Amino acid sequence: MNKTRPLYLDNAATTRCDPRVVEVMLPYLTEAYGNSGSRNHAFGWEAEEAVEKARDQAAALIGANAKEIIFTSGATESNNLAIKGAAHMYAKAPEGQTGRGHIITALHEHKAVLDPCKRLQKEGFDVTYLQPPADGVITVDMVAKEIRPDTILVSIMWANNEIGTINEVPAIGKLCHDKEIIFHSDGTQWVGKMPTDVERDNIDLLSWSGHKMYGPKGVGALYVRRRKPRVRLEAIVDGGGQERGMRSGTLNISGIAGFGKACELCQHEMQSEGERLLKFRNRLETELAKAIEVTQVNGNASKRVPNITNISFGFVEGESLLMGIKDIACSSGSACTSASLEPSYVLKSLGVGDELAHSSLRLSMSRWTTDKEIDYTIASITKAVLHLRKMSPLYDLYKEGVDISKIQWQTH
Amino acid sequence: MAYSDKVIEHYQNPHNVGSFGSSKEVQARKDIGVGIVGAPECGDVMQLHIQVSDAGVIQDAKFKCFGCGSAIASSSLATEWIKGKTVDQALAIKNTEIVEELSLPPVKIHCSVLAEDSIRAAIEDWKKKNGHATAVDTHAAHAR
Ligand SMILES: Cc1ncc(COP(=O)(O)O)c(C=O)c1O
Ligand code: FES
Repeated sequence: MNKTRPLYLDNAATTRCDPRVVEVMLPYLTEAYGNSGSRNHAFGWEAEEAVEKARDQAAALIGANAKEIIFTSGATESNNLAIKGAAHMYAKAPEGQTGRGHIITALHEHKAVLDPCKRLQKEGFDVTYLQPPADGVITVDMVAKEIRPDTILVSIMWANNEIGTINEVPAIGKLCHDKEIIFHSDGTQWVGKMPTDVERDNIDLLSWSGHKMYGPKGVGALYVRRRKPRVRLEAIVDGGGQERGMRSGTLNISGIAGFGKACELCQHEMQSEGERLLKFRNRLETELAKAIEVTQVNGNASKRVPNITNISFGFVEGESLLMGIKDIACSSGSACTSASLEPSYVLKSLGVGDELAHSSLRLSMSRWTTDKEIDYTIASITKAVLHLRKMSPLYDLYKEGVDISKIQWQTH
Repeated sequence: MAYSDKVIEHYQNPHNVGSFGSSKEVQARKDIGVGIVGAPECGDVMQLHIQVSDAGVIQDAKFKCFGCGSAIASSSLATEWIKGKTVDQALAIKNTEIVEELSLPPVKIHCSVLAEDSIRAAIEDWKKKNGHATAVDTHAAHAR
């Protein structure tokens, strides 16, 4: 293991860019620096060729047609374009009025979905935020119950970024198609890790991002269905009319070339990689549970992507735990780690008790994670949790048989 | 966020971790004052046990803490500072002194407040048990 840099288990936040991706990107920063919009010289043609190759690679990863791929700056932009773009295009009443249409999403979505929805609420749209069940999985029945005659858009993420749970996306897509409602999914934590086919899975709009799948930061894509039904979006960024007018601006050629390569690599490697990471995840979970009493894996046990686990270690606060394992880079749902001093809203929405939300760690692995790193992680976490439990007043109360949730705390 | 060396030192080798017995046992002892402040929902709980002589001198102190590294360091430091002090001297300790000693950043000031609160609460408890007059407001004027 590298002595000077921590071991990296925060791949749900971002991944290392694969060296094979970097290699593809470099020429577009040095010699082949053309603008793909320059139609009259070789520099432009070269750049355009790179973009179209990447478009093919991205489309192939999700079973789409290359014409259905819009390049963006990442999943945040893709989500904004999908949600605001569809809402504005399919609005049932003009701007300035209420009753412009109904949107369904869920409380444990990423902020890049929730905040566009909140803005649309201010603009006169109605939004239903589904309350996830304790296992975090949004089912087709939960969505079906909320559909109204004026529902225009459903946005449900494929896999959750904090707990890795997988929602019933193909079935929700089917429901939306039957009801003629546009279906968007934030696929940031799914695409490139799990097999995806927008036809089979009934997706109209799909967002994903390069830097979560071993590609560069600042580049992503939005899949926009072109037939059955043809989905139209109102652009957010206007200008030179690039990306079929849906996203103006000179294209990030090197980033897009790298994104395409990352898509290609994921397509070929996801299966073997997924099997390997699943073994690691299972080992982390079972061995930590064996070594430490009162641990809890958050989210559905089986409906989860293989690379993410979220575990609460009772009676131990997350930030102090991170401090105890400071040579492992990962994240916690604890309030103490967040600027807002609020614990993870995702865990809270699942009804995970507050003290367990504070006690959570998210460990997320990559294609470079090794057996030895997993061993080391299990040993370090165990040591840190035991060190902190010796100091934990809550652990004492638990040992005395006191129900912590029944205590009247003196707060300030 | 980077921690100061002092916070890291207290985290790794906290001073005076422990208690003078189970919650029932300490409740029954007149020479022990117990302060438990914070709440698990807020992510921090601090428990301070002080052992006080008849003359009002804090002879020993033990803490337990569920909270971030800064909260652990604040409570560890608080136990060091109050040992050997009279209760009145201990009540004069301000959270700002803890902030300064540990170089806590602004977002961690409330962790030091917790330590100050736990001192007040423990002394209050001891006074109550021993029939001394107690302050009405335990949360007087924190610098936050
Ligand atoms: C589920 C999900 N959606 C959206 C995003 C935002 O992606 P980006 O950083 O590419 O804008 C992230 C990553 O933070 C994510 O995990
Ligand atoms: S105890 Fe939460 S920030 Fe210190």
